[in-house]
Amino acid sequence: MIKLLRYLKNHRLESILGPLFKFLEACFELTVPVIMADMIDTGIRNKDTDHVLLCGFIVVFMGLLGFVCSITAQYFAAKASMAFGTELRNDLYRHIASFSSAELDRFGTSSLITRLGADVIQTQSGINLILRLLLRSPFIIIGAVAASFMINIRLALIFAVAVTVLSVTVWLIMKKLLPLYTGTRKNLDRITVKTRENLTGARVVRSFAAQDDEKSEFDVAANGLYASQILSGKISALLNPLSYSLINIAAAVLMWFGAFSVNAGDITQGQVIALLNYMTQILIALLALANLIVMITKSSSSASRINEVFAVSPSLADGTEELEGVDKIEFRNVSYKYPGASGLSVKNVSFSIEKGMTVGIVGSTGSGKSTVASLLLREADPTEGTVAINGRPVKEYTFSSLRKAFASVPQKASLFSGTVRENLLWRDKNASDEELFSALDTAMASDFIGKDLDRPVAKAGTNFSGGQRQRLTIARALVGRSDVLILDDSASALDYATDSALRRSIAALPDKKTVFIISQRIFAVKRADVILVLHEGKLAGAGTHDILLETCPVYAEICASQTSEVHNEK
Amino acid sequence: MKNKTVKSDGVIKRIISLVFPYRIHLIFSLVFAAAYVALSLFAPIISGRAVDAMVKKDDVDFNTVLSLVLIYSAVVIGASVCQWLMTHLTNIITYKTVLKLRKDLFYKITDLPVGYIDSHAHGDIISRVINDVEQLSDGLLMGFSQLFTGLLTIFATIGFMFSINIPIALVVVLFTPLSLFVASFIAKNTYSMFKKQSEIRGDMTSLIEESVGGAKTVNVFGMKDEMEKKIATTGEELRKCGVRALFFSSITNPATRFVNNAVYAAVGILGAFYAIEGAVSVGQLSSFLMYANQYTKPFNEISGVIAEFVGAKASAERIFAVLNEKPTESDISGEKTAQVGGEIEFSSVSFSYAPEKPLIENFDLAVPYGKMIAIVGPTGCGKTTLINLLLRFYDVRSGEIRLGGVPVKELDVDSLRSGFGMVLQETWLKNGTVAENIAYGRKNVSREQIVAAAVRAHADTFISSLENGYDTLINEDGDNLSQGQKQMLCISRVMLALPPMLILDEATSSIDTMTELRIRKAFDEMTEGRTSFVVAHRLSTITKADLVLVMKDGKIIERGTHKQLLEAGGFYRQLYESQFETE
Repeated sequence: MIKLLRYLKNHRLESILGPLFKFLEACFELTVPVIMADMIDTGIRNKDTDHVLLCGFIVVFMGLLGFVCSITAQYFAAKASMAFGTELRNDLYRHIASFSSAELDRFGTSSLITRLGADVIQTQSGINLILRLLLRSPFIIIGAVAASFMINIRLALIFAVAVTVLSVTVWLIMKKLLPLYTGTRKNLDRITVKTRENLTGARVVRSFAAQDDEKSEFDVAANGLYASQILSGKISALLNPLSYSLINIAAAVLMWFGAFSVNAGDITQGQVIALLNYMTQILIALLALANLIVMITKSSSSASRINEVFAVSPSLADGTEELEGVDKIEFRNVSYKYPGASGLSVKNVSFSIEKGMTVGIVGSTGSGKSTVASLLLREADPTEGTVAINGRPVKEYTFSSLRKAFASVPQKASLFSGTVRENLLWRDKNASDEELFSALDTAMASDFIGKDLDRPVAKAGTNFSGGQRQRLTIARALVGRSDVLILDDSASALDYATDSALRRSIAALPDKKTVFIISQRIFAVKRADVILVLHEGKLAGAGTHDILLETCPVYAEICASQTSEVHNEK
Repeated sequence: MKNKTVKSDGVIKRIISLVFPYRIHLIFSLVFAAAYVALSLFAPIISGRAVDAMVKKDDVDFNTVLSLVLIYSAVVIGASVCQWLMTHLTNIITYKTVLKLRKDLFYKITDLPVGYIDSHAHGDIISRVINDVEQLSDGLLMGFSQLFTGLLTIFATIGFMFSINIPIALVVVLFTPLSLFVASFIAKNTYSMFKKQSEIRGDMTSLIEESVGGAKTVNVFGMKDEMEKKIATTGEELRKCGVRALFFSSITNPATRFVNNAVYAAVGILGAFYAIEGAVSVGQLSSFLMYANQYTKPFNEISGVIAEFVGAKASAERIFAVLNEKPTESDISGEKTAQVGGEIEFSSVSFSYAPEKPLIENFDLAVPYGKMIAIVGPTGCGKTTLINLLLRFYDVRSGEIRLGGVPVKELDVDSLRSGFGMVLQETWLKNGTVAENIAYGRKNVSREQIVAAAVRAHADTFISSLENGYDTLINEDGDNLSQGQKQMLCISRVMLALPPMLILDEATSSIDTMTELRIRKAFDEMTEGRTSFVVAHRLSTITKADLVLVMKDGKIIERGTHKQLLEAGGFYRQLYESQFETE
């Protein structure tokens, strides 16, 4: 949490004024028992009704001052903490956006979404609590002790001892309690997981007649939760009674020694009452502090989740050269290992592609096809070897010029909410409607979009079918100038006829692009100028369809698995 | 379920019946609560008397002070012990009830027919098991104890105060609740700000989901700056309305404190006047001041409890709605043990998920034991529905399905289902190791048997390459495995159990054709001599079937072997050829 306090730097004034006004409020609050003591000692004893009224009005006036200070403090705290949250979120997003696939996969999308969403909000309210309340309790406690010293030094020692013992007690309980809360949380998570499993796997569980096993597993989790709840409940139930009896025993001691002081004339009866009031204030403040600590712990675990993200720096540094035109793409002995994976997913792959060629990449799942695509796009850098464009390592080019030169259609068709037009303008914000229509035509998407570029797109494009989404993402890649087009298994949801029509229309595009087609379907790559066959991460063959059929057994096997019946029938 | 709720007096009755087994705990907790309240409120009176015993210099009654101090200590310790016991007993009642409710809910879920689970959002059911139970326990059970102590405190305080001095007591009783009005006034007026804040937060959440969920796409298209700008703009809006909402709502505490402060001053002034007249002692005034300080607390607690009551009751209704669901699996189960080696017959079976949309009508089919039946057809034609009916995940509307001559309705569902091995398109793996998943539903399986099953399913190679091999933990979403790998584990699971009848529903849809070719060999071995139902998109996978059923709109429109159907040149041929229409 402390690390994140840097986001308060631009709001130093508010962050100081907030607690400062809280401090003032505490001061005004602490004067009340002294004034009441005076009311009793001077007003009642001398039967001075004017003095009583005066004291009463001073109490109200102090309350008013406290009120004004307090809302001033709340205002500054609200302002500072909201600004904190906003800046933290912006910065965290900027950081996440600079991640390459490796870092994104490392955290996982849903976890990053939680960190950027709920965790930022949780941290923000933690900061608000800190600014508003964290210092209030210590102010009250220290102030009450200080006030008691001003009344009578000897009796104040009781305060000093009581506060010390009480603080240590509360601290010990909290120290024991907080890890128990984490344990309870984990047990609850297990229950959630078991419930979800039994909903998604209802058919499997029933077909294995495993309901009883599942029930007993759930019982174990539920009983575990019960045990940890009872344990943490027992301890947390100690907090209130223990501090209550400690502070009141201190009050009893105070009364006993107070009696001697009164008898000796060191203090008055009203001052004894004031001292007793301070005891109560200390108790209330300390319990509020304990509650606050629980809430701040929650925020601080959110803060540490956020810090984990900041601690990871993007593995890819931007280059300096501007890429203008792609004449040649080379893989030189490229190997790649996913972070955390045990083996290489691409092993020593070399090839060279000239401008304007259509390249097919085939292979079974896990053969490394998509890895090759992400290396081409520099979503990751090779573990060994070099990816080179126009003879220079791809690392040397700026990301922005690479993104301009390469248009890609990712495997998972992702559209953002907005309109069709907004989604198509990603690559080129200034593209004309005519350009968009022609891209839709090429991508075989005109039939369902028509001329309606302002058709709304729901979140993740859910108002379109899988095949429609894919065609829209293809159209999106065709907007704006590009030298290389990468289609990563991007026709998987299309029927065979649309797929082949799509490839024909891309081949007929006026500017001669270099096209990479990654697919499991032999038919999708059959006509390519060169087909790269990947098998278990290695390049098992490269060449045209006819040559590969003769020379590459892996390719022949893939063909056989897809086409044998066709040949038989035709 | 959404509309079905339980009548509210029914809800209260059921909650009472839930707590009933712990009535002894409850009675004791109430006794301790009463003792705690009485003792803790008695304490200020004792301290007041002690103060009265120390009037001024050389006017202190030490004997009285000493005995009062001792009594005071005993009272506060007694109050503490009672408070702890009360809390502990309430905890036991609450957590035991929670445990029972969660178990009941889970048991119900495992016993409910698949149709129920299919037709209800999973997130909603999970939320009932987790959040609603939590809400119920916080609101109703914990709330009950707070309500009880709160009310007791209020009445006891009023009693103590009136016994000392009626006019001062009236000031406290009448004016302190003012702070509650102030609090509710602020809450009412900040409501619209919070509503707006949560709207903008919703926008922010979807923006975050989109930009982080599509981070790779954002990267590849170089859209980073633009997304940054969007997040900053929405963030700025959120900041502006957040400051307002946060600030105005945080006035509540200072404002109620100020009202209390005013009451406190009034008590002080009034008390002092009475003290001057000698109607109250200084010590009694001190007790009054303490009561005035603490008097609002129970009111705040009670108003909090009442707000939660409403939510807790709604939660209770949602929980009981699940528990009231009928019928369960055991209700539909018959008695007879399934003769799994028999013929399967569908005779004039009709079924639809919704009455207004007829799906399967007058369906007839007889499958002798050991045959392979392939079912093909366009999406939504009822292929998977046949399997739902066969395994009694759903029941037929009319007609009958028989296994070995016995209607499936008369069979014990567990014995019927365990006769079938299923590999479905939707892979399901549970939290646990790879080995545990393969051995799912079976006891006393050796590691050798697990490995052998994996080898036959061609899963051994990839499992061995995992970090911990067969002991690799599969995490919640299974995202450390690819879709194809998950599918292979599901196939291994069936390979291990190897029941006499098999259902392969799009079992290889997410596996590439080469691996599929190998797995198909394994399937061939597996289906040899067993009855099997194969549902597939890729027609090449079912050429070996003894019988191909071509379904369209819930009806069998063609049946025959692959060869016969191709020669017939009907819909099947169309389907088949559309796969290869390319250049």
